[in-house]
Amino acid sequence: MRIPVSWLVEHLGFDEVPTPDELAEAFTRIGIEVEEVSPLGPVTGPIVAGRVVAIEELTEFKKPIRYCQVEVGPEQVNNIICGATNFVEGDSVVVALPGAVLPGDFTISERKTYGRVSQGMICAADELGIGDDHSGILVLPTGTAQPGDDAMELLGLTDSVIEVAPTPDRGYAFSVRGLAREIACALDVPFGDPGVVEIPEAEGEVWPVHIEDRTGCSRFVARRVTGVDPTAPTPWWMRRRLMLAGMRSISLPVDVTNYVMLELGQPLHAFDAASLSGALTVRRAHAGEKLTTLDDSVRALDPDDIVIADDSGVISLAGVMGGASTEVRDNSSDILLEAANWDPASIARTVRRHKLPSEAAKRFERTVDPALAPVALERAAKLLNHYAEGQIKPGRTDVGVPELPAPVSMPIDLPDRIAGVRYARGVTARRLGQIGCQVSVTTSDDGQTIVTAVPPTWRADLVQPADLVEEVLRLEGYDTIPSVLPPAPAGRGLTEQQRRRRTVWRTLAEDGFVEVKPFPFIDPSVFDAFGLSEDDVRRNTVGVLNPLEADKNVLATTLLPGLLETLQRNLARGARDVALYNIAQVTLPRAQQVPVPALGVDRRPTEAEVASMLAALPQQPLHVAGVLTGHRELAGWWGKGRMADWADAVEAARRVGQAYGVTLRVVASDLLPWHPGRCAELRVGDWPVGHAGELHPKVIEALGLPKRTVAFELDLDALPLDDHRPAPMVSAYPPVLLDVALVVDAGVPVQSVSEVLGASAGDLLEDIRLFDVYTGEQVGEGKKSLAYSLRFRAPDRTLTVEEATNARDAAVAAAGERLGAALRA
Amino acid sequence: MSGANDPYDPKEVAALSAENLDAAVQKAREAFAGAADLEALAAVKPGHLGDRSPVLLARREIGALPPKAKAEAGKRVNEAQSAIKTAFDERHAVLQVERDERVLREESVDVTLPWDRFPRGARHPITTLAERIGDVFVAMGYEIAEGPELETEWFNFDALNFGKDHPARSMQDTFYIAPNDSSLVLRTHTSPVQARTLLERDLPVYVVCPGRTFRTDELDATHTPVFHQVEGLAVDKGLTMGHLKGTLDAFARAMFGEDSKTRLRPSFFPFTEPSAEVDVWFPEKKGGAGWVEWGGCGMVNPNVLRACGVDPDVYSGFAFGMGLERTLQFRNGLPDMRDMVEGDVRFTQPFGTEA
Repeated sequence: MRIPVSWLVEHLGFDEVPTPDELAEAFTRIGIEVEEVSPLGPVTGPIVAGRVVAIEELTEFKKPIRYCQVEVGPEQVNNIICGATNFVEGDSVVVALPGAVLPGDFTISERKTYGRVSQGMICAADELGIGDDHSGILVLPTGTAQPGDDAMELLGLTDSVIEVAPTPDRGYAFSVRGLAREIACALDVPFGDPGVVEIPEAEGEVWPVHIEDRTGCSRFVARRVTGVDPTAPTPWWMRRRLMLAGMRSISLPVDVTNYVMLELGQPLHAFDAASLSGALTVRRAHAGEKLTTLDDSVRALDPDDIVIADDSGVISLAGVMGGASTEVRDNSSDILLEAANWDPASIARTVRRHKLPSEAAKRFERTVDPALAPVALERAAKLLNHYAEGQIKPGRTDVGVPELPAPVSMPIDLPDRIAGVRYARGVTARRLGQIGCQVSVTTSDDGQTIVTAVPPTWRADLVQPADLVEEVLRLEGYDTIPSVLPPAPAGRGLTEQQRRRRTVWRTLAEDGFVEVKPFPFIDPSVFDAFGLSEDDVRRNTVGVLNPLEADKNVLATTLLPGLLETLQRNLARGARDVALYNIAQVTLPRAQQVPVPALGVDRRPTEAEVASMLAALPQQPLHVAGVLTGHRELAGWWGKGRMADWADAVEAARRVGQAYGVTLRVVASDLLPWHPGRCAELRVGDWPVGHAGELHPKVIEALGLPKRTVAFELDLDALPLDDHRPAPMVSAYPPVLLDVALVVDAGVPVQSVSEVLGASAGDLLEDIRLFDVYTGEQVGEGKKSLAYSLRFRAPDRTLTVEEATNARDAAVAAAGERLGAALRA
Repeated sequence: MSGANDPYDPKEVAALSAENLDAAVQKAREAFAGAADLEALAAVKPGHLGDRSPVLLARREIGALPPKAKAEAGKRVNEAQSAIKTAFDERHAVLQVERDERVLREESVDVTLPWDRFPRGARHPITTLAERIGDVFVAMGYEIAEGPELETEWFNFDALNFGKDHPARSMQDTFYIAPNDSSLVLRTHTSPVQARTLLERDLPVYVVCPGRTFRTDELDATHTPVFHQVEGLAVDKGLTMGHLKGTLDAFARAMFGEDSKTRLRPSFFPFTEPSAEVDVWFPEKKGGAGWVEWGGCGMVNPNVLRACGVDPDVYSGFAFGMGLERTLQFRNGLPDMRDMVEGDVRFTQPFGTEA
């Protein structure tokens, strides 16, 4: 909300008015956020009121140009070129004379333009730095000023505008009244409440009104002003304030409703009484009903919308926007003013549903003072009476029972205990009184001093002791709260899982991978590029209702799409050798999706309720995935380097396992998007936990990736937290090293040969390592030779070569028996 | 040549004369000195110390000398041979040092050659920051809590005292999960972990929770729809806002240096009352030390405690939350939020494993 300082301080008893910055600081200190402090202007030099004496339309230019004679002082007429057309002869305008400097360091001088000499400028509001209206030049209401009057004073150009953004709990602060009261509390100055207005006794109802829905509307008040002069202009001071508050001047009746809303915080609506037919009814909309709102949009109403209807049907979307059929027009002279209290939640839903935020709705959503409606109506009616000679009808309609805030009690030292401060005696009662509470202090049966506050009508947010505590603390100043470290209990440090995850995170970085954090939103068509079958489990995704990018509307079930997209981006930016990884949750729908139970918040949910709520959430395991392309070892002066291949992906995956304390087994697999012959399934025991290998050439082609791009993905949460880590026996006796080359069928996986050798060589085998794989003529078609080096060692003695040889032979024999392996000749 | 039993002939034993021996020693010295390297030295060695070298030939003559002369001649020959041997050893030592030095010199390489054989990896700075924050609080006795990113509205809003249609709920632009009535959202903050913690753990609790959060903000230089927060929660008997302030001050010092501190400004969050915005004093702020908006905090709203079965008359608590991207942005002077989400390796690599 934007508020001119001159308006704000009007209600405050300052001996010396603080600077705008001091006011802003005071707001900030008590919790009213200040977005901006904008001094008007700066404007210097001669700026005067002028009267347009004559207008000559110049037609030889592409756009309409006016050559005007403007009276700018006693017997002084200046010729001025003007591009605006929203004024007529006799209008009162603001003229910047040569020598004046307008905001933006814009110096006005006598100059030749459009073939004429222009002696000054007729100003628009934004050119003067008041508001942002550039729809035409500023035409002052008749009688506001005489030609030659100093416009600096008239326009109040020494003022400033403070823009505040009160938090949504403080509805009252969306008004000059509320904000001035805040300043009064913050700076301890007297406050003259504009909301205190004498309400004359009404003589009967002024218009029949029925509230059908008391939840939607707790109070509806109406007042009628007849004989309003439709030509009466809005007085300049009001227009100026509206303009500075960021509102357009429309017509006196509409301006009055807006002005009173800004001043008091009560939104008003003005009906053209002549357009109303019969009694007004407040109810929910009926299915199928439509309303053309003031902005000329036809809106299909929802049965949850609160509306005002007359005999003709719905005439207003209550609290949000009026209808076109009953709006105040140029010739309206009979005006029915309405002020009501609408259900904040209903208004919020209507605003969201119709995407129709309005100044009125903003206030109703945040709760409007239920005592304010008659006050605001009185103020508005009087303004119409004063400025448009309207006759205020003696009747007043006031239906419904306003809901008033209930008293709140608390131990008087609760603010002290919550703040950790010993406030001076009487502070709590004084501060609560200052914000408008009726405060009483009593002693409870157990001798505690209890303060009871009846919140003022505008403070619907004060419902529990903590709310009162905050009022005391913020007005006393958060800067008086000390800084004390609490004595936390001895913690247990990171969990086993947290520690191991950190190790994984580090291991991959140390291994040359760069961590990236792609968004979890993916385009499901990526699964077509992956070549996944229609029933592939990864296609079973959770959808987002309101995605930012329409096609990326589901949550990732695998980290690969995001990683590959990031890889593409890096490649597009010129990178060639890239290794990326990501560790993030994926979202996996449950086989049986159960609905989330509806739970209240008035008590702790039972264990069963919590369990059923958790069961309604999709599974979200933590995955780790990586992609590699280009060189794993770079080319350079040392040689050609080495391109990343499937084995790098498998190795990275296995290193992740090691970092987590788990040895991953590798089994040949065939899972898209991997290459069917270069895909490893990684297992813990027999339990699959992920895949690694080269991507399928078709996938690489579809995604435009470099050939031989490789990838891995593991479910980190599927890795067991195995804490079996035996202390190894380290023997100091010398080893016996033996090599062996075995020939097996080409289709026999190396891992099975290694496993058989390892398992059959006995306890003396300390290490086994494959050092060569050979295929070719020497071993024959369909065969391969595997060369191993075996290291044998005894724990308690020097091993003899014979013993080692026997062990090796046993292993070779087992491999021969189980896998058809033969010693290479 | 004279045999042992040859008759004494002074002419033939001139080799044993002091002059001749001295000359042999002198020649040997010159020859050794003239050898430029170990190979040359080895080549001249036999001529002065070999079987047919003058001194060894002279030694053979001793046998023919009369007994009286033998001792004297033997002594002379020994001295000469020893002198030659010493000359050889000294020269050999010198040449060996020279050779070793030359070999090392010849083996030298340009160690300024680039050594970047293996591309460097790096952790994302958000990861490192989250870990660092975790460590700061673990050191204070806190534990690290976790929760899922896709969350029930009950945890994300209801339990945190967000009224069903309160404007505060729509202030956090939420990603909703299909279908329409799923009651599931992508968590808009890490605060649902507060409720989870209070339901899961025994009191007192002191936890922090770094995590990924989501709001429907378009990606630009200062906003990203997917971002990270760290949440702190302490619930214990007798906790005050002073304790909150003390904790935040300690946190600020750990993150921004010993001169840092925090300032609280009253604000509003449904799940805390009183609530505050946290500004941090950042000594290295661009353009000079100053206050920077850092996050939100407050005393846990009794409604939140009640919804989680904690008696607000017995326990009180405080909570705080900060944006990690924002922290990183001003702490490390990162100009554009997009760099943090696009995954360009040139952005992340310089952070290394431990930024």
